[in-house]
This record gives sequence, C-alpha cells and structure tokens, in this order.
Amino acid sequence: MGTEFKESIRKAVNNADMTGALGKFSEAYKVNRAKAYEGIDFEELRGRIAEIKSTAASQLEQLSELFQQNATARGATVFRTDDPATVREYILQVAKAHGVRTVVKSKSMATEEIHLNPFLEQAGISVCETDLGEWIIQLAGQTPSHMVMPAIHMTKEEVSDLFSKEVNERLTSDIPRLVEVARNELRPRFLAADMGISGGNIAVAESGSIVLMTNEGNARLVTSLPKIHIVLVGVEKLIAHYADIATILKALPRSATGQLLTSYVSIITGPTANCDGSMKELHIILMDNRRSQMAADPKFRQALQCIRCACCLNVCPIFRLVGGHVFGKVYTGGIGTILTAWFDELKQSEEIQGLCIQCGACKKLCPGKIDIPELIMEIRRRLVREQGVPLLQKAIYAVVNNRRLFHGMLRAASLASKPFATGTFIRHLPLFLAELTDGRSLPTIAAEPFRDRFQKIRQPECGEKAAFYAGCLMDFAYPEMGEALVRILNRAGIQVIFPQGQSCCGAPARYNGAYESAAESAMDNIRALLAEEVTWVVSACPTCTVALDREFIGMLEETGQSEWLSRARELAAKTIDFSTLVTRLVAEGRLTLKEGKEGGVITYHDSCHLKRTLKVWEEPRELLRKAGYELQELVECDSCCGMGGSYSLKLPEISAPILQRKLKNIRESGAQTVAMDCPGCVMQIRGGMDQAGDSIRVRHTVELLMERLEE
Amino acid sequence: MYEQFKARAEAVGAEVSRFQTRAVAIDFIAGFLQREGVADAPHCHALWAESPFLDGIDRRKLSAVAGVKFQVTRELAAEARFGISQMEWALADTGTLAQDSSAIQQRLVSSLPTIHIALVPTSGLLPDMPALLTRMNPAECGYIAMITGPSRTADIERVLTIGVHGPKRLVIVFVDELGGAC
Repeated sequence: MGTEFKESIRKAVNNADMTGALGKFSEAYKVNRAKAYEGIDFEELRGRIAEIKSTAASQLEQLSELFQQNATARGATVFRTDDPATVREYILQVAKAHGVRTVVKSKSMATEEIHLNPFLEQAGISVCETDLGEWIIQLAGQTPSHMVMPAIHMTKEEVSDLFSKEVNERLTSDIPRLVEVARNELRPRFLAADMGISGGNIAVAESGSIVLMTNEGNARLVTSLPKIHIVLVGVEKLIAHYADIATILKALPRSATGQLLTSYVSIITGPTANCDGSMKELHIILMDNRRSQMAADPKFRQALQCIRCACCLNVCPIFRLVGGHVFGKVYTGGIGTILTAWFDELKQSEEIQGLCIQCGACKKLCPGKIDIPELIMEIRRRLVREQGVPLLQKAIYAVVNNRRLFHGMLRAASLASKPFATGTFIRHLPLFLAELTDGRSLPTIAAEPFRDRFQKIRQPECGEKAAFYAGCLMDFAYPEMGEALVRILNRAGIQVIFPQGQSCCGAPARYNGAYESAAESAMDNIRALLAEEVTWVVSACPTCTVALDREFIGMLEETGQSEWLSRARELAAKTIDFSTLVTRLVAEGRLTLKEGKEGGVITYHDSCHLKRTLKVWEEPRELLRKAGYELQELVECDSCCGMGGSYSLKLPEISAPILQRKLKNIRESGAQTVAMDCPGCVMQIRGGMDQAGDSIRVRHTVELLMERLEE
Repeated sequence: MYEQFKARAEAVGAEVSRFQTRAVAIDFIAGFLQREGVADAPHCHALWAESPFLDGIDRRKLSAVAGVKFQVTRELAAEARFGISQMEWALADTGTLAQDSSAIQQRLVSSLPTIHIALVPTSGLLPDMPALLTRMNPAECGYIAMITGPSRTADIERVLTIGVHGPKRLVIVFVDELGGAC
C-alpha cells in the first residue's frame, strides 16, 4: 500500500468527530434495521430481489430496448450510451438548446460517477445540489463519503460555518435552524431553475417508468418545478415488471435507514403538463459504462443485484473507522470497492480492496444477496493475475509452502524472539516491527511446537481415529490448546493422529489473491491428511476448517487442478470443527462435562469464519453452558476482532481500534473470562488484554472444556 | 386497517383524524385553519386543489374562511401556508398516502406549503404497496405520488429534523362518507 493511502487512513482513524459519528450511527443502524424488518422473512425477501435483479442483469440489452420503446411511446426522449463523456455532452446540448442557466439536482450517484457538476459549471451553467447532504458537500467542495448519507463525516459546527458563509450571517450550530436555512436558501433556486436533474432508484422496462425516493421532498420539486427534467440512470436500475417495484421498495428503505418507507416515492411515466399548460420536456439517459461487461462476467454479474441501500457500509467494521473518503470519490464501502474496480478501472481498486477484512458482516445482510467479500477476493485475484504477486509476498509464500523451511524458521524465531519476550508475550518489537505490537502483545513462539509435543502424549487404545489439523497458530504458538483437544477426544474414545506432513492451510496466500500458492498448500495438506484412514479430520481453527471444508476445493478449481478435486471432496466430507464434533460426542453420550454453575460467568466472542461461514454459534455456547459456565452475552458478539490473519499486520492502524472496541465490549460484559473458538482471535484479544494490563482471561473453548471434563 | 394506518402514520410524525361526514370534516378543517392563523395574506393563505371532496358541496361555507383559495397557481402555492388535496389511497402497513399526481396542481399544494392537509376516503385504505400497484396503472397515471409523513432529513449528524424541502406537517383527514376512491 502506498504511503499516501496509508496517510489517508491515518487521518481518517484519527478524526474523532467522524469516527464518533459513524460509530454511533452504526450502533443505531443495527437496532433500527432489525426493528424495520420485524415480521418480515428477510431471507425470502432478498431471495426474490436477487431473482428480480439477476434476471434483469441477464437481459440488460432487451430491457433497455423495451424501456426505450415504452418511455418513448409516453413522450419521453430516451438516450442510451456506454460512455460517460457522451452523457455529459448530451446533457450540455439539451441545456444549451433551451438556454438553461440554472440547474437544480436531486441526489444521483450516477451523476457523481461521471463528474457531471464540474463539467456543467465549466460550461457556465450554475448547478445546485438540493439534497441537504449533497448541498453541504457541494458548498464544502468535497465528495460524498456515503451513498445514502453523503455528509455523514461532517459536524454541525462545520455545517454552520459553511452556511454562515453562504448566507452572510453568523449562524449557531442549532440543527433545526440550519435545516431551516437550507430550506429558505434553496426554495427560490427550485422556483427559478431552468432544468432539473435527477437519478432514479428503479427503471421499469414494461412501463417506461422511473421510481424516485427521497425523504426531504427535493426530488418532487426537481421533477415538478423546472420545465425540463433529465433523468440519469445506470442500466443496472432496470427491472422487467412494474409489480416488482413493491418488492424492492420493501427492502430499500429498511436496509438503507431503517425506515418502512421514505417520506416520498414518485413513479414517473412520461412527461406531464407544466403549470402554464405546456408539456414538460423529459429526457431519460440510460448509461451503461461497463455494466454490460459486468453482466457478462460470470463472477461479477451478481454485483448488479445491488439496490444501493449502503447497508454494506453501515455494518462494515472498517467503514465505521475510516469513513468513505479513504475509498475514493464516488462509490464507497464494500460494494463501492467493486463498483470502482469496474466503473473506474481495476487499478483504482488496488489499494482499497485491501481494506476488506473478510469478516462477512455485509454478506449476511445484503438485500441483493451479493457475496461482497467473495467479489473483493476476486478483485485481489485479478490484480495478482494482472500484476503478479509482489516480490516480498512471493518469497513469503514460497517459504510457507516449503514446510521444512517454514517450520525451521519458526523454530529459529522462537529463539530469536527471546530477547523481546516477557513470559508468554512479546510486548514490544524494535524498529518498523513496532507497529505489530501497537495495542496488543504477540504470543511468543512456543519453545516446543505441538508437532513435537504430540509425540510425547500417551493416548489410550481407541477403536476410532481422528486426524487433528492444528494450523500454524496452535502448532507454534498455542500447543497447549492442541493437547487439550487430544485429551478431550481421548475421553470420548477417539484416538488422535497428527499427520506430520500437514502445513499452513494457505489462507494468507488465498486472502491476498495468490491462488496458485494456496492451491499448492491444498495439495500438500490433502496428501498428508488422507494418508491414514480416519473418521474425522478435526480442527479448532475456523479459518483452517473453512480451508479444508471448502476453500481447498475452490482453489483447486480456480487453478484448474481438477485431478485433485475428488480427494479434496473426500477431505471436506471428513472435516469438522472442534465444537461441532464435541457437541455430537456429548449428544451421543460419549463424553460428559461437569455440570453445575461452578465454572463462573463467562462471555463468548463469535469468530467470523465460525459464525458466518460455517454457521456455528449455538454449539460452543451450549457446550460451555453444559460445562457449568454461566454465559453472559457480549454486545456486538459477532463483530470482527480486527485480526483477519495477515490483515492486522498490513493495516495495524485499522486493526488496533477494532480490537479496542472489542476489548471495551468484553470489559463491559462484566465477565472475567471470554471464550472463543479461534486461535487467531485468541492471539488478537489476549494480546490486547495483556497490553492493556487487563486480567480478563482469554480462552479457546477447548481450554475451558478441558477444565471441566468429568473425571 | 384504519388503526394500523393511524399507528404507522403517527409513528412518522403525521397527524391523523377520521370523520363520518363531509360536513364534520369541513368544520374540522375550517377550525384547524383558523386556529393555525389562516388569512388572506402571503404566507398565510390556504390553497385547495381540485378534489372529489369538493364536488357538490357548498364552497361558500369554505370561502367564508378568509384566505382559502381554490385557484392553484405556482405563485400562490409558493406563498401558501396550507395546501389541501385529496389523496385516493392509504397504505396501512407503512402509513403511506398515494395519489395520481399527474396534474401538477396536486403536487404544488402537497410539496410547497408548510402544512399539507390530506383528505382521504376511508374506503381508500389498502393493506400495502402490492395492493396499490394493482390499482394504479402507470399507463393511466404519468406521476404517481406516495407520501409517508412530513418532509424529513437526518443529513446533519444523523439528527432527525422535520421539514426540509416539503411540508413540515402532514394532517391526514379520513372521511367515511367520501365512499369509493376515484
């Protein structure tokens, strides 16, 4: 990442006004959204939206054609083009032909996409944004930081300064008064404007209708008062049927702002008469700008299912910290990263794609059912394909893939880190490595990794065998967790084997788009883990489990290693996460946990991959309860801890504040112990607690269950 | 459905009442206007757009209230304190009113004045938007308008503020006697 980009991140995370506003909003948003969806089957609804939008995306050409026919038949002028420059020119020509001097606009991301305002102003036309947020940023000479709330990054004091200049009067920062000023300032501009420009939330092919939603009422004025109305919509807003408007409008306001419906919805079909009896001139521009290419791309076509609610921004733990401007000038957040890669160019997304920590929070709530994290991974993949893996990373993956070398280096690191270690933690590292211990301590590398300790564990003879896949952290940082797992499974009559040929699961390479390296890891591990006949392959790291369970297959498919697929599927069928396996063993009566409340009060942190990818969250809770712990739920229990594998190394300035928020929530739960199912989360959260000098115990579920095994 | 509508509309800041007859509704509106300071002066007058409610009633009773006008122009609308119009439909599940707004006068009185008074036939109550879309055909209406509560914004520090570009108050008056919607 470039220093300029890093600098923009540093600035953003240190902007207390903005992070405060975004933090408060994201908390309120979750509550309001959930309330708005009460009594609605969200999965069913988003299934229908995905269907409506994906069908439309597969027929963009036909629907554009049909829209043009129907809107033209109703008296509108429809102009279709691929090219943003042609759109700008078309609008200018219409303006010139009618001697337009002033334009009022209601909010339109498509006009932002083509940078329309500066173009018109350069041609001597005065353009006034009328959405309050857009007007604020227009006065400030900025760009929107959020698709729905463009000025969310600004304080009332900043707004008051801007408005004071505009009206030549010293205003206070009283918000209702500021809103009143905007009303009074903009009203005469609406009445005097020669032309209105709007976007469109939906374009209906079968009727030639445009749907516009606002809360302020500005779109009603923009579309009613001037005698010329220009609509600019991207072709992804097309849907086939009029009746489907209701389906999209059921989700859009709920997901955008937690409202049941915006204050105003207008469905405009053809021009209507002006006050003086003349007919309004209505131009509708259908803009492609690479959307058709997107629709033809088997991976990215689903991005056209977006209804522009910005939910993916609102629930993103990164967006909450950095706001929109770090992402660029037009589309921001998760979906914005994808749209920027396409509407602008792939290269533009090079840095911002790295902001995604792959926690999956957006995917779970996207009303268009878009797998945003997966598409961002695909951008990484394509960047790597286009530009290759950076040299340093390439060298790292080469080491990781060479098990003997990698493990040899880890053993060496165990010795090398000794000077910096205090007990089991490294609290400070020198020089440029210092950032890694900023806000959290790192675990020391175990003097004896699990793979060596394992050979000393005496196991009883058992009829059933399970292979244990440790993953790097349990093997080299937390071998005691591995030992606890072996003892628990032994108690249930399962013998654990540890195939020594196992190595890194390939997640670091995969998350950086280096699929070839990841596929090599997959092959090494498949070979090792299927060498001996076992009932299960168990892992106590959710990221590793996801790799074994599905990502190996994905990586091998992506890199064309089809001869490996049947073995990858065989491995996937045997793969199980620790908590799910133990839940089964308890249910089958093979394992008994100590009951009673002696375990004390604990709280539980959900790891991203366990909860949202493997869909496991009840199991560990139930096990911990059965083991005699009293569970006190954690606020934002399933929001990311900021670890994200190598993310915390690449973007410590973002990872650290995410961690601080998690630590705060854990402290406020009142519990003295926090449980989790991922050694990565343990590393992050335990390191954070240590650095803060906090005595709260951070434990993997496997350790807590070990303490409560029935003798 | 009326109770659900009322609850949802009030939740977004609308004021909802219901009367059996037109006569009682007229008394209510006249009283409301006078209480709120209607007068035949700029920024004080009321502008009443063409509506079935007015058909066959004695407008003199209304004209007697100073400042109530029936001729809707852009200029008068821009200076009106009150706009009065009839909305044909009411959606119970969101507290939304809907109307064929193809005639610009209907839009002017419901978007420019400070207070919008919306008359609704009680029989125009519908459960939700799908029910509305089967009744409002874009082939016949060039401009379908839906209104849910007064104009609002939260663009400054996410603080909900009422009355940006549209009306600051939405007063909804259901009239049972109005019968079927047009």
